[in-house]
Amino acid sequence: MDRGGGGGIRGGESRVRSFAIKRPVRSSRGCVLLSEALVREGAAQRWAELATGLAAGVGRLGGVALLAIPRRLVPPSSLGQFPPVGPSGLSHNRRAAPEDAPLRCPASQPEVAQGSVRPRGPSVARLPDPTSRAHGLVTVALGDRTLSAPGIGSFATFGNSCPGLTMEDDQPQDEKKSQSRRQSLEAREAQDRRRTQSQTPSGTGPADVSARGSRGSLGAPGSQGSPGLPLSQKSSGAPGSQVSLGAAGEEAAEGEPTESASQLESESLHHLMGFVSTHVSLPETYAPTDGSRFGPYQPMDVGSDTFQPEPVLSNSSFLEEDDGSHGPYTVDDPLFRGSRVEPSFGPLDYELPEPEPRELMIQNAKAYLLKTSVKCDLSLYEHLVNLLTKILNERPEDPLAILESMNRTVQQDWFHKKLDTLRDDPEMQPTYEMAEKQKILFLRGAGEGEQEMEEEITEIPVPNIIESAFYFEQAGVGLNSDETFRIFLSLKQLVEQQPVQTCRFWGKILGLQRNYLVAEVEFREGEEEEEEEEAEELVEGAGDGMQGFGEEEGEEDEEKAVDEPPKPTWKPPPVIPREDSRTGANKYLYFVCNEPGRPWTKLPHVTPAQIVNARKIKKFFTGNLDTPIVSYPPFPGTEANYLRAQIARISAGTHVSPLGFYQFGEEEDDEEEEGGAGRDSYEENPDFEGIPVAELVDSLANWVHHTQHILPQGRCTWVNPNQKSEEEEELGEEEEKADDPEEVEQEIGPPLLTPLSEDAEILQLAPWTARLSCALCPQYSVAVIRSNLWPGAYAYAVGRKFENIYIGWGHKYSQENFNPTLPPAVQTEYVIGPETVEMADPTVEEEQALKAAQEQALAAAENEEEDEEDEEDEDADD
Amino acid sequence: MDSESLLLSLELASGSGQGLSPDRRASLLTSLLLVKRDYRYERVLFWGRILGLVADYYIAQGLGEDQLGERKSLLNCMEWSLLPPATEEMLTQTSVVKGRFMGDPSHEYEHIEMQRMTEGDRTYEDEVVIQIKEESRLVSVIDQIDKAVAIIPRGALFKTPFGPVHINRTFEGLTLADSKKLSSYFHFAEPVELKNKSLLEKADLDPSLDFMDSLEHDIPKVILTSLRYLPGYTHRDDPSGGCQHLSFIQRPSQQGITASHHSKAKQEGQSNRAGAKRARSRPRPFLSTYLTPPPQPAY
Repeated sequence: MDRGGGGGIRGGESRVRSFAIKRPVRSSRGCVLLSEALVREGAAQRWAELATGLAAGVGRLGGVALLAIPRRLVPPSSLGQFPPVGPSGLSHNRRAAPEDAPLRCPASQPEVAQGSVRPRGPSVARLPDPTSRAHGLVTVALGDRTLSAPGIGSFATFGNSCPGLTMEDDQPQDEKKSQSRRQSLEAREAQDRRRTQSQTPSGTGPADVSARGSRGSLGAPGSQGSPGLPLSQKSSGAPGSQVSLGAAGEEAAEGEPTESASQLESESLHHLMGFVSTHVSLPETYAPTDGSRFGPYQPMDVGSDTFQPEPVLSNSSFLEEDDGSHGPYTVDDPLFRGSRVEPSFGPLDYELPEPEPRELMIQNAKAYLLKTSVKCDLSLYEHLVNLLTKILNERPEDPLAILESMNRTVQQDWFHKKLDTLRDDPEMQPTYEMAEKQKILFLRGAGEGEQEMEEEITEIPVPNIIESAFYFEQAGVGLNSDETFRIFLSLKQLVEQQPVQTCRFWGKILGLQRNYLVAEVEFREGEEEEEEEEAEELVEGAGDGMQGFGEEEGEEDEEKAVDEPPKPTWKPPPVIPREDSRTGANKYLYFVCNEPGRPWTKLPHVTPAQIVNARKIKKFFTGNLDTPIVSYPPFPGTEANYLRAQIARISAGTHVSPLGFYQFGEEEDDEEEEGGAGRDSYEENPDFEGIPVAELVDSLANWVHHTQHILPQGRCTWVNPNQKSEEEEELGEEEEKADDPEEVEQEIGPPLLTPLSEDAEILQLAPWTARLSCALCPQYSVAVIRSNLWPGAYAYAVGRKFENIYIGWGHKYSQENFNPTLPPAVQTEYVIGPETVEMADPTVEEEQALKAAQEQALAAAENEEEDEEDEEDEDADD
Repeated sequence: MDSESLLLSLELASGSGQGLSPDRRASLLTSLLLVKRDYRYERVLFWGRILGLVADYYIAQGLGEDQLGERKSLLNCMEWSLLPPATEEMLTQTSVVKGRFMGDPSHEYEHIEMQRMTEGDRTYEDEVVIQIKEESRLVSVIDQIDKAVAIIPRGALFKTPFGPVHINRTFEGLTLADSKKLSSYFHFAEPVELKNKSLLEKADLDPSLDFMDSLEHDIPKVILTSLRYLPGYTHRDDPSGGCQHLSFIQRPSQQGITASHHSKAKQEGQSNRAGAKRARSRPRPFLSTYLTPPPQPAY
């Protein structure tokens, strides 16, 4: 069925109109319960009927929309095909009861409508015994839906009031008919009795209804010519019928007068309504609180006023129209055809010989209905259920008139998120999360601050970055004050968590998605080594594993050595060992976090290979440490390693201090001899007085690097890359030496504490720019020096105070555009020559020429031989 | 950034490490007011700063009645002087200059160009030294930055039927969902791409709002980061002045703090200069945006 925008409904309308023309006016309205089988014959048609006929009670049981619609509107053909409902939908098959009945209502509490949820297939509603039958209990359950109480209640009572529900299949037709009629009459009498006994809630109660019902029924005989048969009777012989209450069926038109239709109809309605009104005690939800309402039956009542079906020309036309136009089971089915012509019972008398095909039909029909629409994941089945549930829940005054709009609202609900709570979903903004995290920083400061104050106020190695931020602000750089304070708190958190001896705010590296705050820390003695050892063990273990694996492979290869591919002669260049922690580029440990309040992450130590490769590439940071660095030349590691390498490069290039602040220790002569690259440690000069700001600005010679220069090798101290390999492989030493084209020259960088004035100028670019922070008041300003090679690196100095900071993208400035190194040219696989090149085949002429030449040569040789022989002979003769 | 809300804008932009020292701030607040009076501008925007080796440039722009109208750039902090408008010739001429700004407008770069001379029959190549003034380079760079990366959120400006563009005083910033879309931002410049669009593409546009080029179709893609994700910054709507629209722009422009590639195409002609800082503001509460360059292509 079309579900995109009510096309199906529109189709329904037209359908309704066609009914309206063809059907005679019948004000008397029976109700037909349409169970699943309602739509068995095609959703669109049934939907039309549903749309028009939805005036009576509607129930939803076990996921099945049970429609009570005017009997009139259900084409007899379809009614005829409803046998499934008989045994399975509504209970009167006692014989099958024990096996089939999913639920059995005890007679003592029949009013509790039971919706049994059956896993699959239609379940059976039944009246377990005559007594409960008298109370009436109809439950139809379909499996996958729980029942909504209103639906149950209304339907249960509805069923109760229908005497026709109580039928037995086992008896022969005539007997069955008479019996059922008898039963229904009995039931009716009983209901009448009950009605008269019970006090109606108000004056407008059942009496009114019955009046209306009879009023409506008055018109029926006249228009139709033959009185409709009350369902209660007809259904007695039609096990498969939808229980139509007080409905004047088409059979009447086929000429089966049994009783006065008007009387019966009015009676049945009477009973029905009366029963309902007396049944207020059944489900609490349906207790009519005022007299104007009749609980579940009000809709039908209303509908009888508003709905005026037009006359139909003939039943046959209706049948024809329906023939062949419906779903999987057409009326041509021989099973039904024979019984349809039987004059005495009409369509309701159809009886299927065995229940199985009916079950199958129900299942087929349900399966068809359950097919989800192409356009959305809802099925017509679900939609009808939703619609009916809505109608029943809301109980509008005139559901038929507003059916279209209700359908539309139900359709609109498809597109709205269903909130099962009363609250809206709060919008989770990232700022909220961040605030939540940063709140901890502030709380901690408040909570533990007092204790620490008492214990050790001076020993917290948190830098006073607020003070340095003030000086940087004078220089026009730096973060704003509240961010600085957050960083300060975050650093404090770091210091508390880690065994930190010194801590410094290194700076901030901007990223595309998030930024990095970098803290430069030094662990207390011994703390770091333990971790280092563990890490190294891990690494070595991994390496051993690799080596072992390689060896095994080698052995296997030797065994298999028959078809071994040629081994490459290329040998990887010797790996330059990483510098130990606390030396060189790994002098400090670095912790990064994305934002204050987030956890700090320790960066791994940098390897020379990473530094060398980081010089060749240029990548933006993303803010996620696990991002792979996709580059050429390939970078060994993730963004964490790249970040660490860039930090090492920036530190080596831009960490400066006023001349004299640091001095070399005295006992380091040995190291100088060893390393040759200068001493690598220094200490603070306690006698440093500070250099006047003006001199700092004027001369770059007053600034010195206090971080070791990183050699092209990627280390601060040079190691001979071939040394280790020679030691290890004594045998191959001489060969290797022979292979090496040249000895590796020792790389020497500028020693520590070299003045900035000796920094090389690159393409006439001065590497540093020094300024006064404020030209207007030089006496109180600070000296600011700015790196032009690493944009974002600043340092200030005033008196004994100085600080370095880097806030930038982590890219080195290059005057020329960045050009990635090109991949090397493709190497030749083999020497191109006659051995490897396929020769062109000789042509016939060439072959012939060759042959001729060979023959000639042969002939000449023979001649010569002959000549020689001759000569020899001659010689011999001589 | 608007001179009237300079301080707030600076505060919001300081996450990148760039800021103005207190004395600069004070002097700008004073002098921009005078500029507005003397040049009879409707609005004066503090454009930003370009770092030089010797000195820095501080640049302001004046706007008349029409927000999209002619923008005049002014130079330097206390005594402002008017810069000439950028011309196409200037752009091509200065594109050969590499390296950093010196900080002196009268500084002349020497560019040696090989020119093919024809004298009679013989052709020979000759070196021609072209003198390029830093002033013209500065003007062209400002123009390029403006065209490339000056952005405003959608709805901040509206076009009146008569042509002039006004500030939308009812604009209250973008919603969270909108602020993540590139289509919610426009280049704050005369549209170029818009005229080339087909009627079909223009069908959904609101002529009074969508009269500028959207960032959506920029090549390469720009990456937009809202300031609300940056530490210390949140989206602010305060009743008095409101939050600023503030675009900090990183671009291969003049020397400065950060090196970045905004666009590959731009790199070809220019050296990789460091990003110039720039912030703008509007008097209405705008979403603070943070514009960063796209990732470099993987090599």
